[in-house]
Amino acid sequence: MKYILGVLVENHPGVLSKVSGLFSRRGFNIYSLAVGMTEDPGISRITIVVEGDEYIVEQVAKQLNKLIDVIRVSNMDRESLTRELALIKVRATPKTRHEIIEIINIFRAQVVDIAKDHLTAEITGDSEKITALEDMLKGYGISEMVRTGAIAIDRGNKLLNQPE
Amino acid sequence: MRLNGAQILIECLGEQGVDTIFGYPGGAVLPIYDALYDTKDIRHIRTAHEQGAAHGADGYARVTGKAGVVIVTSGPGATNTVTGIATAYMDSVPMVVFTGQVASSLVGRDSFQEVDITGITHPITKHNYIVKDVNQLPTIVKQAFKIAESGRPGPVLVDIPKDVQVAVTDYKPGQVGYGTIKKLEFNEGISGDVDKAIEAINECKKPVIYAGGGINIAGANEKLVEFAEKIKAPVSCSLMGMGAFPGTHPYYMGMVGMHGTRYSNYAFSNCDLLIAIGARFSDRVVSDVRKFAPGASIIHVDIDPAELGKNVTTPIQICGDAGEVLDIFNENVDLRQENGWNAQIEEWKREYPLKYKMNGTLSPQYVIEKLYELTEGQAIITTEVGQNQMWAAQFYKFTGPRAFISSGGLGTMGYGLGASIGASLGRPDKRVVNIAGDGSFRMNSTELATVSKYKIPIIQLVLNNHSLGMVRQWQDLFFDKRYSQTSATQDVDFVKLAAAYGIKGYKIDKNEQVEEALQNALGAEEPVLIECDIHPDDKVYPIVPPGAGIVELID
Repeated sequence: MKYILGVLVENHPGVLSKVSGLFSRRGFNIYSLAVGMTEDPGISRITIVVEGDEYIVEQVAKQLNKLIDVIRVSNMDRESLTRELALIKVRATPKTRHEIIEIINIFRAQVVDIAKDHLTAEITGDSEKITALEDMLKGYGISEMVRTGAIAIDRGNKLLNQPE
Repeated sequence: MRLNGAQILIECLGEQGVDTIFGYPGGAVLPIYDALYDTKDIRHIRTAHEQGAAHGADGYARVTGKAGVVIVTSGPGATNTVTGIATAYMDSVPMVVFTGQVASSLVGRDSFQEVDITGITHPITKHNYIVKDVNQLPTIVKQAFKIAESGRPGPVLVDIPKDVQVAVTDYKPGQVGYGTIKKLEFNEGISGDVDKAIEAINECKKPVIYAGGGINIAGANEKLVEFAEKIKAPVSCSLMGMGAFPGTHPYYMGMVGMHGTRYSNYAFSNCDLLIAIGARFSDRVVSDVRKFAPGASIIHVDIDPAELGKNVTTPIQICGDAGEVLDIFNENVDLRQENGWNAQIEEWKREYPLKYKMNGTLSPQYVIEKLYELTEGQAIITTEVGQNQMWAAQFYKFTGPRAFISSGGLGTMGYGLGASIGASLGRPDKRVVNIAGDGSFRMNSTELATVSKYKIPIIQLVLNNHSLGMVRQWQDLFFDKRYSQTSATQDVDFVKLAAAYGIKGYKIDKNEQVEEALQNALGAEEPVLIECDIHPDDKVYPIVPPGAGIVELID
């Protein structure tokens, strides 16, 4: 089972390595990790997707909370908004190009680059949607793919930086 | 005041009330040692090796409750402290380690004596810092001590590049704040199932208290006695919990776990409520978790929320300071009467007392019993790791906190001598005895140089079985007596070794000699080493075999 953790951290050098180091050290598997600045430049937000069970997630959250640079950890609920971005470079000949573009359009993704033998699609969505497009394009030959890892935010009025 | 970074550091240490530093000079801390040269208020103890400095600061911290302070140079100076830092981390000991670093311009170039010590020590510190700007130094020092000493204590490392040590800036004493670290604003208080716990305590028939090191750290010892007497519950301690409950109290059951007493382990396995306070259910206590306290509900009190539910699933969890939680318990639980459970415990105690066989003419357990008698339980005992450590925990009765100083979590052989130096400097009013084995004593015996240099009146009690006893015991019991690399270790004449450092030494090999030797040593106001020649077949019993439940003891 996958869980999504939203983590607010002090925006210092070395914080990311402290956070990621903790995972390997305690034997937790990270599925993806995405990090960037927040509305407060002194604070970064890390979204970690972790594979495991309730026990593992609770332990991860508690161990993360012990780090001095970690301000808050939230086990985000399943209803939260999650998005991931991927760039997929797929083989495209004049014969297949049209077909591929049609698939990309159906996914509401975009073609962002085109060359003689390749075409690059940009897709945003939850992880399942990206995986679905990947599956559709596999048959044409995916030469390269890069994914950002999921980012997540709570729906409604719930805020990670101001817990009730 | 215009001061350089090194001078500011010394000023800040003074403001923190630091009176003793354990350290070793070197290239990357020359400015700090230069600033120390002018300081009268802080005593610097130069050890023989940086590991000894770290263990010294650790021992000092464990007996005083204040953070131990270490200063070492970059590179090997820093890496030599790593075992000491890990030891302190595992046992929740407050410590602040200052490491010199090569100048900022040389960082990242594999410069001479450069090492990424913050990277190396991430997993074994509560927090660590690289100081990038001299203006940050005062705040970082203040944060470092706060982090080390608050909550669940632990080591903090501060890496200071040489250019920061010589950079000059304005320093205003007494005007330094904690800075903007958000974590430090939190006031944790008490959270969790307090009402459920009180209800469970009031309803139980067969309670047992499992006291850990958290009681000693919180200084909640008297509150624990009050609690145990109120609910008439027998008490067992973890290794770190030695002294948490008086060893002389009728409710005391000794240690629990792998080398616990039979009655402790029986009580844990048959109780209906286990009340764990400031303990973490280490594998050395629990053994096979499926067979642990099978009929019991468990209340777990700890200040570190990450310990709750980590090693054992506990239905009732309270996060908070042991003393504050005990206050609530003492106010709210009902007075219980002794019942058949208490009678059962007494029966087990009579039936299965700790005992030992005589294999040679001098028995290590007898030595420790005599030491207890002669010191009236008032000495501070440090230990190395192995049989010596277990015998000390079993046969010396500790009556208060901060008296049993031992590497529990990491199990660091070579810990005791350095720790005894720190313990004695921290508590000059107490006699400090380091109970050692020949194997672990040899690991860091070089610190005898420090004992001698500062004339520290410690007694080294080296139990010499001419082998690596604890590992040999396992080979004996579980590996068909195949004594791989543990027997007949090349012998050291410890009396001559002591003499080489100008320290008096005695060798004894009969029980009849014990009392006189100990009395002489205790009477002397100087360092003494006593080598006790014991038999390699002397074992620590009882023992829970690997993979067994804690009732399945052999002895």
